[in-house]
Amino acid sequence: MIALDSAAKRPEFINVRVRRQDGPGKEPYWQLFKIPYEPELNVISVLQRIAAQAKTSDGQQVAPVTWDCGCLEEVCGSCTMVINGRVRQSCSALVDRLLEDNPDELVLEPMNKFPVVRDLMVDRQRLFRGLEKVKAWVPVDSYYNMGSGERQSQATQEQNYPLSQCMSCGCCVDSCPQYQKIELERMPNESDEDFLKRQNEAFDEAFVGPHAISQAMLFNNHPTGKAIADERMDALTDTGGIQMCGNAQNCVSVCPKEIPLTTSIGRAGRAATVHTIKKWFGK
Amino acid sequence: MSKQRVVVIGGGLAGLSSTMKLAELGVQVDLLSLTPVKRSHSVCAQGGINSCNDQTRQVGDSEWKHLDDTVYGGDFLNHQPPVKEMAYWAPKVVDLMDRLGVPFNRTGEGFIDRRRFGGTLYKRTAFAGATTGQQLLYGLDEQVRRQEALGNVRKFEFWDFLGPIQDETGRCRGAVAQDLVSMEIRAFPADAVVVATGGCGLVYGRSTMSVFCNGSAASRCFQAGAKYGNAEFIQVHPTAIPGSDKLRLMSESARGEGGRVWVPRKPHDSREPDNIPTGERYYFLEDRYPEYGNLVPRDIATREIFDICVNDGLSVDSERMCVYLDLTHIPKAELDRKLGGILEIYEKFQGVDPREEPMRIFPAVHYSMGGLWADYVRSSDGGLQAGAPRNHMTNIEGLYAIGECDYHYHGANRLGANSLLSCIFTGLFTGPSIQNYISNQSGGYGDVEASLLSGAVTKQKERHDNLLTGNPGSDENPYLIHQELGDIMTRAATVVRRNDQLKESIGKVDELHERIMKVNLADSGGWSNQNVIFAKSVQDMFPIAKCILKGALNRDECRGAHFKPDFQRPSLTAEDPAERRKQAEAWCDTFAENNEKYLKSTIASYDANSMQPDLTYEDVDTSLVPPRPRLYGLVGAEDIEQVWKERSGEKKDKDVTLAAT
Repeated sequence: MIALDSAAKRPEFINVRVRRQDGPGKEPYWQLFKIPYEPELNVISVLQRIAAQAKTSDGQQVAPVTWDCGCLEEVCGSCTMVINGRVRQSCSALVDRLLEDNPDELVLEPMNKFPVVRDLMVDRQRLFRGLEKVKAWVPVDSYYNMGSGERQSQATQEQNYPLSQCMSCGCCVDSCPQYQKIELERMPNESDEDFLKRQNEAFDEAFVGPHAISQAMLFNNHPTGKAIADERMDALTDTGGIQMCGNAQNCVSVCPKEIPLTTSIGRAGRAATVHTIKKWFGK
Repeated sequence: MSKQRVVVIGGGLAGLSSTMKLAELGVQVDLLSLTPVKRSHSVCAQGGINSCNDQTRQVGDSEWKHLDDTVYGGDFLNHQPPVKEMAYWAPKVVDLMDRLGVPFNRTGEGFIDRRRFGGTLYKRTAFAGATTGQQLLYGLDEQVRRQEALGNVRKFEFWDFLGPIQDETGRCRGAVAQDLVSMEIRAFPADAVVVATGGCGLVYGRSTMSVFCNGSAASRCFQAGAKYGNAEFIQVHPTAIPGSDKLRLMSESARGEGGRVWVPRKPHDSREPDNIPTGERYYFLEDRYPEYGNLVPRDIATREIFDICVNDGLSVDSERMCVYLDLTHIPKAELDRKLGGILEIYEKFQGVDPREEPMRIFPAVHYSMGGLWADYVRSSDGGLQAGAPRNHMTNIEGLYAIGECDYHYHGANRLGANSLLSCIFTGLFTGPSIQNYISNQSGGYGDVEASLLSGAVTKQKERHDNLLTGNPGSDENPYLIHQELGDIMTRAATVVRRNDQLKESIGKVDELHERIMKVNLADSGGWSNQNVIFAKSVQDMFPIAKCILKGALNRDECRGAHFKPDFQRPSLTAEDPAERRKQAEAWCDTFAENNEKYLKSTIASYDANSMQPDLTYEDVDTSLVPPRPRLYGLVGAEDIEQVWKERSGEKKDKDVTLAAT
């Protein structure tokens, strides 16, 4: 149903070039796959067809490409990858559109800022660590029945809802020049717990990322959430906090949910100044 | 007292609310999930969550009516005590989610806004834009992250549950699971295990469900001896956007906010939809169901859309079946505010703006009403007894089932916006029950015999290794077999079911089951091997697929989502009042007879030798709301209702007389 200029332009086959990697620390390599063209494909269906045939364009039998996906309707955040050079969700990457831009081939690569697990699959633990660092939650007393929450204006809801749609897909951080890849190797005989601890320490030293800053602003704008606003501001003014933002504004331009990330960063910046001054005066 | 430890499988609404509540009660939780829990399938739920509320109460609503609507919508196959408990908890559940920061839409005065959903006449549904499931899930995800930071919860994400660990008495003492990255298989000893793994839509190939919803976790419990109830009741959502990888949901809220379903009266009318004058449009739901209009329950909307395309030949397109779902008469600003999220999905995936042009939609497999059989303890007031250890315990002691993968709440058809409620409710409500169960046990997770754990791991390792290397030379491909299974299931066991087709499909599925056990994998590696994980899940779809087909074949009636035209009760045809009355009497007779025979849950248990489910039938607790004919839109409904009322009245009088003597 996508309006295309003419059916004549449609190719018989689609060439798909995939950057593969067998595991962490292994050398990446490229493989070319060829699948029959069908209308209305997205990158997920392309990868499904590649998995089913498990053969490269020259007929070599290979392991199916590994990738992550979930809802296939752009609300779960699983299927982020770099498609024709741009980080995005593969479910909403429609092949007909991609072919308009580059009729020769689709180029699929893993995200840049996260360690590759295998092929297009990356380890995004660090995104969630960021949410923990800024305490992105409402500190309720209990989960017992205590009646409803506070009344909230439509204006507040309309401000918060867009921020709350962040699905931790990682597009924003992948495009952020200040967010550098952290890939630790496990040491011999290191326990799960020790490795996790060392990894979290490394994450906490580095830039927390626009998604986490935006979540901090979301909860600081919630009637109960703001009770620990100072703790969130402590996190955002600590190592790896808001001061690391270089204002490149890539985050907001690649966010698939069009979350006003730079607005959140601006708010966080102002709040950080106030917070720091308050701390100088001991209150 | 030493710490108690529970393994929760699945991190959707049910698994997360269970984890959160157990953590609050001081229980340590190991939370296992196929995906980072924030990405669970609950994110896809769009429309909302039902509860009787201050506003509806003042126009005659009550929790009791919520119960009534739910069981009437479910064609009385729901177990009523759990439904009652859920309906009475509903306002509390919404309050809690509000406190957790879920950005529900607000009224001008700042109260939670509500919309109307199918199968009710009240505006019970609270919503957060058109991504209510996502927002509820995030609220719970945040609390579980908080509990994780406090050291009460350990998450194991990208882990696949392979089966329960049972001791010699049959009691569940933990779970075996596999790390999808390193492929390590590990035992997780526990005092109790909670399965909260959602639906099984992938059995149908494509559905509205996420790729995780393959039913394998429930199937692995089923194959370990847990019973499975009402498998044949699969909800087909009336409005989905057809796609080659997925059938994307178009929420019922589109109709709740005034969306109208129509087709051109002229078959495959080539005019643009806005050039077709009102008189030449057929608003078939409004025409056929004047009271509920576009908001009839899902099974009915689905059948009507199917019928108008298949039997009346009025599909909008000639190459593929679809009808219009039209929102273009609603102001754009209002649409953006209330339905923004789902309209974006349509626009993004179809390249057409649904504010300008009616959407093209068709039904798709959407929800499993059935699931693992689980127990409950009825309280004296007809609800559930709070804290009773047996609430939601499967027939395997210590193994619990909650959320979409249980079987009690939605009967033969689920009402919109009741699933989010049942998931969160069961997670919260079972917390104290599970804790009480654990407190009554002498042995805990710390003293499970090491040989029991290692034995369970070894068994799974063997299965894994066999799959990797066991079938050299075979050309069976798990992806292609999955497609075949999906095609068979979609053809035979969705909207319309016929016995000849079901029988034929059972044969084909048996054959496919044999073939999937002999797959040869393109990837035999030991690192992040999705090929072998997928192959395992497809193998485990078969026991469930067989339950669906066999359950459907044996059930010679129409009930909710299960529709067999050969066993449909006819509308009344007579014009003459006396004759019509007679027909209504006869209609009620057959209705009562049919209920005697079929108002029962289908309960399957698995026979590993024959690789077949054995079916038995279980009475349904209908003690609160007596079953009555479900008559949405039937010709002669009033006459039938009248006869049924008189009969129920007589019966009541008789009961009273008997009680008095």
